[in-house]
Amino acid sequence: MSAGKVDEREETEAGLGAFGSCPLPIFEHPQIVLGHGSGGKLSAELIEKVFVSRFRNSTLEKMDDQAVLEIGGTRVAFTTDSFVVTPIFFPGGDIGSLAVNGTVNDLAMGGAKPLYLSAAFILEEGLPATELERVVDSMAAAAQSAGVQLVTGDTKVVNRGKGDKVFITTTGIGVVPTGVRMSADRARPGDKILLSGFIGDHGITILSQREGLEFESALESDCAALNGLVDAMLEAAGGEVEGFRVMRDPTRGGVATVLNEIAGRSRVGMVLKESAIPVRDSVRGACELLGLDPLYVANEGKLVAVVAPEIADRVLGAMRKHPLGAESRAIGEVVEQHPGMVLMKTGVGGTRVVDVLFGEQLPRIC
Amino acid sequence: MKYLDEYRDGDIAAKLVERIRRVQTRPWVIMEVCGGQTHSIVKNGIDHLLPKGIELVHGPGCPVCVTPLEMIDKAHAIARCPDVIFGSFGDMLRVPGSDGDLFSIKSQGGDVRVVYSPLDCLKIAKANPDKQVVFFAIGFETTAPANAMLAWQARQMGLKNVSLLVSHVLVPPAIEAVLSSPQNRVQGFLGPGHVCAVVGYTEYEPLAARFHVPIVVTGFEPLDILEGVLMLVEQLEQGRAEVENQYSRVLDRAGNRPAQELIAKVFEVSDRKWRGVGMIPQSGFRLREEFRELDAEARFSVEAIDTMEPEVCIAGEILQGIKKPHDCPAFGTECTPQRPLGATMVSAEGACAAYYAYGRHLKDADLVTLGNGR
Repeated sequence: MSAGKVDEREETEAGLGAFGSCPLPIFEHPQIVLGHGSGGKLSAELIEKVFVSRFRNSTLEKMDDQAVLEIGGTRVAFTTDSFVVTPIFFPGGDIGSLAVNGTVNDLAMGGAKPLYLSAAFILEEGLPATELERVVDSMAAAAQSAGVQLVTGDTKVVNRGKGDKVFITTTGIGVVPTGVRMSADRARPGDKILLSGFIGDHGITILSQREGLEFESALESDCAALNGLVDAMLEAAGGEVEGFRVMRDPTRGGVATVLNEIAGRSRVGMVLKESAIPVRDSVRGACELLGLDPLYVANEGKLVAVVAPEIADRVLGAMRKHPLGAESRAIGEVVEQHPGMVLMKTGVGGTRVVDVLFGEQLPRIC
Repeated sequence: MKYLDEYRDGDIAAKLVERIRRVQTRPWVIMEVCGGQTHSIVKNGIDHLLPKGIELVHGPGCPVCVTPLEMIDKAHAIARCPDVIFGSFGDMLRVPGSDGDLFSIKSQGGDVRVVYSPLDCLKIAKANPDKQVVFFAIGFETTAPANAMLAWQARQMGLKNVSLLVSHVLVPPAIEAVLSSPQNRVQGFLGPGHVCAVVGYTEYEPLAARFHVPIVVTGFEPLDILEGVLMLVEQLEQGRAEVENQYSRVLDRAGNRPAQELIAKVFEVSDRKWRGVGMIPQSGFRLREEFRELDAEARFSVEAIDTMEPEVCIAGEILQGIKKPHDCPAFGTECTPQRPLGATMVSAEGACAAYYAYGRHLKDADLVTLGNGR
C-alpha cells in the first residue's frame, strides 16, 4: 500500500497526473528553510505547491508582479509585498523607503500608474521610537517622491525576540493606461531585452553591512521608485505601447531569475551578452571575493524590459535620458531556439546557461 | 576592472585558442585538478571554445565534494547539539548527509552560521562564552593556513570554547590515485594554482617524472586556463613531462613559507577518506598532538559515526575523471542541485553542479546558433 503511494506521488510530480492521485501537489519540506525565501526554485516550489494550488484562479496563475483586474471599466493593478531587512538602515535607504518603492515598482512593472498604498507594521517590543519615526519619515518622503498616498494601515506589536525590529507589509493599487498589456507570457522571438543600469548594488550593499563581513565600500543601495522611468519609456513608445511585452524589477534572485521566469512563461529562449551587462567594479570585486554571481544579486531600483525591436531604440534612448536609467543597455534578445532557457555569450567568447538558483546563493569556499 | 579584465579578454582568448589549434595534432585528455578551475571553465564556456579533440575532465579538487559522508554526518550531529554554534564555509550548508543538510538543521533550531573566514569563529567564541563554537575545517592546502591560524590563535588566546572538525585533504595523493587507476585516461594536468601558492610545486615534480605526465600549475581566469592548456598541449605534443608554472604572477616553486610553517605547527599528514573515492593513505591533515584538545570529534564524541556511501552515485568516478556528469543516469533527473544525491552536485565547484548550472542543456545545435559550434 505504501509503495503504491510513493508511485502516485512520483507520477504526479512528473506531470502525468495519475488517476486517483492526490489532487494537491505534495510539498516536500517538513520545515520552511531560508531558501524558500530566496526567489529561486525553492521559492517557486513553495508558491506553486502551497499557495497557488489552494487559491487557484486565472489572475493568480499569471504570476506577474501585480494582478490586473478590470473593475467598472477601469483596469486596476493590485499588489502586495512584505519587507524584512537587516540592518533596517543601510547606505542608500532603509526598510521604509524600500517598502514604499518596492510596492510602487511592482505596480509600475505592469505599466500602471501607482496611486494608493496601505502599510502594515509588525513592531518588536523594545524598538526605539526614534528608529520607528526615522523609518516612517523615510516612507513619507518616498511616497511623496513617487507621487503616491498612504491611505490606510495597521500596527501590531510582538514580544521581544519574536520579530526583528520591524517588518512592513505594503499593498498598492494603481491604474493601467489603455493599450498597455504587459505580462511574462508575451515575449516573442526578435524582442530586445533592456536593462536600466548597474546590477547588484542593493544586494551587495546589504551584504557589506552584515556582521562578519568586513569589507568597506562606498556602495549604496539603488532603492528607488521606477514609475517615473516607466512613464518616460511608455511615452517614448507613443502609440506603440503594444510593443512593451513585459517589465520586471529584478529584486531577490536578480536579473537571472526574472529572465528565466519570462523565458519559461513565454516559451522562448534568450541570448544575453555578458559584456553588455553593467556591473560596478565594487560589486564585481565583492562578488569575485565571495564567489557570488551579480546576475543573481538583488536590485531595488532597476528594471528589465522586453520590448519589440521596432520601439527598442526609442525606448532605450528615453531610458538613458532619465536619471534612473542613465546606464541603460540592451543586454540581449529573445530567440526561438532553446525555449525556456537563457544563454549567455561570455566575455571570452564562450557560451553558458544562465539558470535559476535553487535556494540562496552560497559563498564559495575558495 | 583591473586585474580581472586583462585575463578575460575575448580577442586574446581567440588568439590562444588558435595557437592551441596550431600546436595540436591529435586528441588529448586533460584534467583540471581544482574545483575553482572547473567553475571558471563552465562559467565562461571555455570547454566549448577549445578545439575539438582537447577533452577537459574535471578532477577531484572540489573540497566540498570530497568531504566524506561520515564527516558530514559528524558535522550534523555536532550542529544539532543545543549549546553549539556551528561555523562553516557557505557551500557546505547544502551538502546532504544521511539525513538532511545544515540548512535543515538550522530550520530545526540549530545555530549554524556561514563564516567567510575561519578567524570569525574567534570573535563568535569571545562573544558567546557559554556556547561551544565549532568550525568545519575542510578544504585542500589552500584553506589549511587559515584553518591552522584558527587553532593557533584559539590556543594563544586561551579560548576553551573553540574546536575544529577537521577534514583536510591534499592534492598530490589525489593526483597519484587518479594516475594509478587502471581506468585512467588523463594525459596531462592543469595544476591547482591556489594550492601551489601555499605549498609551492616541488611535490609535483616527482609525480610528473614517475608517471611521465606534464603538469602545468595554472590560474583561474579564462586566459590563465587557455594559456595553461596551450602549455600542456605543447608539452604533450613534444613528449615532455615537466612541471611548468603558468601562474607565475602569483606563485613560485617554493610557495608561501610562513603559511607552510604554520600548517606544520598545527597539522600533521594522516590517512583520509575521500567521498566517492574511499581511503587514500597519507592524503590529508589532522591536528597534531599538541592541538588535539581542539579536536571537535573527540570533544563531542562523534568518532564512532561511520556512514557508507549510497551506491547509485558515480561521483567517485567523476572525481577521478573516468566518467562525466552526463554519463550518470541520475544526472538532471533524480539528482539535481535541489535534491543532490552526491556532493559533486552540491557545491558550485562540483563537476555535476557546474554542468547542471552552465552546460546541461547545451546541444550542438544551440552552439551553432551562437556562432561557436565546433
